[in-house]
Amino acid sequence: MLKQEFLNALRAGLSGLPQADIEERANFYGEMIDDRMEEGVPEEEAVAAVGPVDEIVSQIVAETPLTKIVKERVKPKRRLKAGEIVLLVLGSPIWLSLLIAAFAVVFSLYVVLWALLICLWAVFAAFTVCALVCVAAGISFTVQGNGLSGLAVLAAGLVLAGLAIFLFFACKAASKGVVKLTGKIARGIKKCFMKKEEA
Amino acid sequence: MDIQLKRGLLDVCVLAAIRNEDSYGYKIIKDMKPYLELSESTLYTILKRLETANMLSVRTAEHDGRLRKYYHITGDGIKRIEDFKDDWKEIETIYRFVTKEEQEHA
Repeated sequence: MLKQEFLNALRAGLSGLPQADIEERANFYGEMIDDRMEEGVPEEEAVAAVGPVDEIVSQIVAETPLTKIVKERVKPKRRLKAGEIVLLVLGSPIWLSLLIAAFAVVFSLYVVLWALLICLWAVFAAFTVCALVCVAAGISFTVQGNGLSGLAVLAAGLVLAGLAIFLFFACKAASKGVVKLTGKIARGIKKCFMKKEEA
Repeated sequence: MDIQLKRGLLDVCVLAAIRNEDSYGYKIIKDMKPYLELSESTLYTILKRLETANMLSVRTAEHDGRLRKYYHITGDGIKRIEDFKDDWKEIETIYRFVTKEEQEHA
């Protein structure tokens, strides 16, 4: 791949980002390639040394905040005509409610995910507290001479404590999973905006 | 290595690469190569972060009929390197404590 082809592919891949950012990146990588060529490295090798353009694009998109991409996406490319503004205003009951609905769907997805996680941790907390109370009650019953009930309550406490330990690991794994999943959703949304721009 | 720790170390490495004289992207990568491999994308991110934190300044100068960006360390950048050297002494003391038992058993 030649330098110009590389830069064109880079610009195309980043087309959802603000123009100034794209040019800054392109200048940066262009300078790197030029400096290598100045040392006598052939153009194709100099381009290859910078790395695959797809990987560079994915890394840049992952590093760019979602808000920046969305802001660039919704920014009109030219001044809107009076007719378009009137249409936008008149159509607002339709597109605005659709937009709000779309955001609400994504938001509710997040809420459901996190609520699930909070539920799991709440069950874990309940098990832990019950285990402690049962053990204390078991000991108290035994001391008061009610040995049989004491033993039963103590056993229940120990079973709960065991379950709580298992649940702790489950909660930890679920938390990690949810954090990863939210990251994936964010990346997915970013990709949607970038793809629309390319089309 | 821990991501936060590595990020901090890379910042200091890049600052050290421009401490004695102003440098440019490719030269920074080349100077650091014997010590650690740094990709262009990673370097870009670090340079941006350091610029935002006022630890370096950027100027564009003509070189061989084209433009090249030169990076210059600021007072804050030099302070960051000095702070790192002080931190390192502390880390060394902690390291000696952590490995003390292993050395005694050996």
